[in-house]
Amino acid sequence: MLQAIGIRSVDELFAPIPAEYRLKNDLSIPRQMAESEIVDWFKQRAKENGEGYTSFLGAGAYFHYRPVVIDALVQRGEFLTAYTPYQAEFAQGTLQAIFEFQTMISELTGMDLANASMYDGSTGAAEAVMMAVRVTGRQTAVIARNLHPEYREVLNTYATHQEIPQKLVSFTASGTVDLKELERAVDADTACVLIQSPNFFGTIEDVEAIAEIAHKRGALLIVSIAEAASLGIVEPPRQADIVAMEAQSFGVPLGFGGPYCGVLATKEKFVRQMPGRLAGQTTDKNGKRGFVLTLATREQHIRREKATSNICTNQALVALMVSIFMTVYGKVGLRELAKQNLAKTVYAADQFSKHAKVLFAGAPRFNEFVVQTSEDPYAINSRLLGHKIVGGLPLKKFYPELGNAALWCCTELTTRSMIDTAVGLVAESERSVRTMKDVEPEEVAR
Amino acid sequence: MTTKHMTRKATRHISQNEGLIFEKSSPGKAAWKLPPLDVPEVDTAKLLGKQERKDLGNMPEVSEIEIIRHFTRLSTWNYAIDLGMYPLGSCTMKYNPRVNEFVARVEGLANGHPYQAEKISQGALRIMKTLSDCLLEITGMDAITLQPAAGAQGELTGLLMVRAYHEAQGNARKKVLIPDSAHGTNPATAATVGYAVENLKSNERGMVDVAALAAQMNEDVAALMVTNPNTLGVFEQEIHKIADLLHEKGGLLYMDGANMNALVAKARPGDFGVDVMHLNLHKTFSTPHGGGGPGSGPVAVKKMLAPFLPTPVVITKADGTLGFEYNRPQSVGRVRAFYGNFGMFIRALAYIFANGPEGLRETTEDAVLNANYVRKGLEGTFDLPYDTPSMHEVVFSDKLQSKKGVKTMDLAKRLIDYGFHPYTTAFPLIVPGALMIEPTESEPLEELDLFIEAMKSIAEEVEEDPQYVMDAPHNTRISRLDETAAARKPVLRWKPETSVL
Repeated sequence: MLQAIGIRSVDELFAPIPAEYRLKNDLSIPRQMAESEIVDWFKQRAKENGEGYTSFLGAGAYFHYRPVVIDALVQRGEFLTAYTPYQAEFAQGTLQAIFEFQTMISELTGMDLANASMYDGSTGAAEAVMMAVRVTGRQTAVIARNLHPEYREVLNTYATHQEIPQKLVSFTASGTVDLKELERAVDADTACVLIQSPNFFGTIEDVEAIAEIAHKRGALLIVSIAEAASLGIVEPPRQADIVAMEAQSFGVPLGFGGPYCGVLATKEKFVRQMPGRLAGQTTDKNGKRGFVLTLATREQHIRREKATSNICTNQALVALMVSIFMTVYGKVGLRELAKQNLAKTVYAADQFSKHAKVLFAGAPRFNEFVVQTSEDPYAINSRLLGHKIVGGLPLKKFYPELGNAALWCCTELTTRSMIDTAVGLVAESERSVRTMKDVEPEEVAR
Repeated sequence: MTTKHMTRKATRHISQNEGLIFEKSSPGKAAWKLPPLDVPEVDTAKLLGKQERKDLGNMPEVSEIEIIRHFTRLSTWNYAIDLGMYPLGSCTMKYNPRVNEFVARVEGLANGHPYQAEKISQGALRIMKTLSDCLLEITGMDAITLQPAAGAQGELTGLLMVRAYHEAQGNARKKVLIPDSAHGTNPATAATVGYAVENLKSNERGMVDVAALAAQMNEDVAALMVTNPNTLGVFEQEIHKIADLLHEKGGLLYMDGANMNALVAKARPGDFGVDVMHLNLHKTFSTPHGGGGPGSGPVAVKKMLAPFLPTPVVITKADGTLGFEYNRPQSVGRVRAFYGNFGMFIRALAYIFANGPEGLRETTEDAVLNANYVRKGLEGTFDLPYDTPSMHEVVFSDKLQSKKGVKTMDLAKRLIDYGFHPYTTAFPLIVPGALMIEPTESEPLEELDLFIEAMKSIAEEVEEDPQYVMDAPHNTRISRLDETAAARKPVLRWKPETSVL
């Protein structure tokens, strides 16, 4: 090859880099490893990472069963190692799968249409707010305080330089959005109201009532859904204008927080303000049905600084996992799956309520609930860890006013015996906290 | 018609027809089974009241074998790196090692919850720390965040930090300079961060025009976003002068790391004046593109930008264990929930381990060697608008072929018939009718030769029968699709056929 190019050494090809910047030494990184060593290294890390623990964590990342066909199919090289389907003639597999994804997400959310995916639920919610600002020509966003706190943080980051002022609306004793406060917050400058349902505490919002308040003043309603499995049994937010969803529950591994699968769904009339890729149906010159990426004039590669968003790469392969999951469970299975989640949660909340206070009982909930204890939940969790159980998420950091509260989650994978064991341990610590002097709790959580 | 080379790489074969999954659905078919409920059944109507969902609309009902066949058939309609060369310029379509996929699925890593206690997250934190250290060494930078979900979000994060830095100096500044050869995400990102975009012209060698930069540079400029090597595959030889011009007026140098595959283990952006840059793990570090994502876009910075990194950052605590630090008052905030596309960190780190220092250097050398081999093979057949030395990619134009009315997209479509994925056609915008070719290090000589032959054969076809090329592809399941109709009356979802007609 060197001869063909007409050079004597590869070094000549690097001559364009000024000599003073050409590295003379090896990089100081770990030495080259054999495949067996690589596998071993990561297996060691897995052992240090909660392998074999039972977890009651949810809060935007849910442990549901992943049917094995998902990995069997997404690991096909034709899906795994394909690029973005810009050359439609031989990317029809990816394109049709996206079209089916868009259809199923629309069906489940009760919206007219959906895009091909966003990075995750948090950035999806932020992009939805910016979309609402474009649609309405208004500037302010009204945000529910029981929206996932990290979603709110992401929104803050995005909104700062878009000059989108935010108003926070609090929650009532049932954990749901305070409608009176919402009434006062929404005005003629409100571009959108952004809520989450089921909300961060797991309770289900009265979307209809909230939509009425928003629409009365000409604002859009954005509903964020972090727990997609709820859509099997909870009425979708049909009155919303934009649904910003995190679809991780549908066949995507927890994976320490990512990659997940955000997606936006909306009404047909807003499609040209929607960010992200869209697959559309069309025909070839022989009249045969086919699919292409479409409405690209919204996107950065055409519109550059005037695009609806800077998003380019999305979460395509993860969206495929979601599609396969939705196909496996389908119309009946998604409902049955959601019912099991509901039943486990009702049982667990009942058991906890015998020994501690379960907050926000006034509204229906899906698969999460807040338990308030006498003892610091960090201390309780530290003790649970000794039994290889990961307790609920302490809420002090996000909602200090809730005191010793933690957010617990059950899914179809949570067994009755796991629940009984965890409840037993919490009950024990609740009893002992009344009899014993405080033992300095080991600081385990961040 | 010249078709002698076509059979060498690709042959027509039977491919299965397959409808939409909804068209296969019928009531009662199922591919799922739940275990028996071990807690009391609940009355959903009583629990949820008006919030209970009664109907899941047109969600499909199909059996497992139908699902396997459906998606397998769809997959066979795709081209993929696993099938052959994928020379998309600036996209770095390299081989995606299977060991990466294997280790990402190890129990404990795949099932780790982002909120589990740090005490039982040391494995994940160690992976993040080790990858961070490796990327800092590779880039020559001082501090890093792995949080951004993709390259474009990396750009956003980088520019947010640029802005926060300038604000801390008392003046956020007004604009970002972007060369006319840049990728579309660069200007789109600058706009998202509230900066005006000012174009910077390239010189006759395809590089940043240093004199123009000197003239345009002033105290309103927050940063210059440069891709190096740029989208022509050309190394910006005056990069340090560029950095000096920016720094003299208090501006920062942002580097889009899309083309890092030309530099890894050969040169480090931190050494040639870059202040902030993003990497694309799904390009340079072999994580799969997956049909459009997920990506991962770590951002590496020089010391003075470190206080502005998104929260949380991974730190080593006094007792030697790893943890997340949240209390960072100058941080730009979060750019996404949790810690980033962790699954991609695992894959990228596995790639770095599999290569080591020598492997990474050889990889870069092979990538540049392959690009120059293709350049040599096609010079003369296709117009080379800039004859500046190429690094990892080469950009030709359709100037010679367009005399016969054949455009870059036509050539690209014809290449499909020869069994190759086309090169990039959409940019750089400074080359009208660009053919942007990046073979990567993954391609064996045989595949490169087949590609060169295919391109030459197509050039001959243009001379003999340009219309045939303009009608390509001829051998795919479907011919060219009507994109105009797709955009004019968008059909973005399936709906059941109504019988109201």
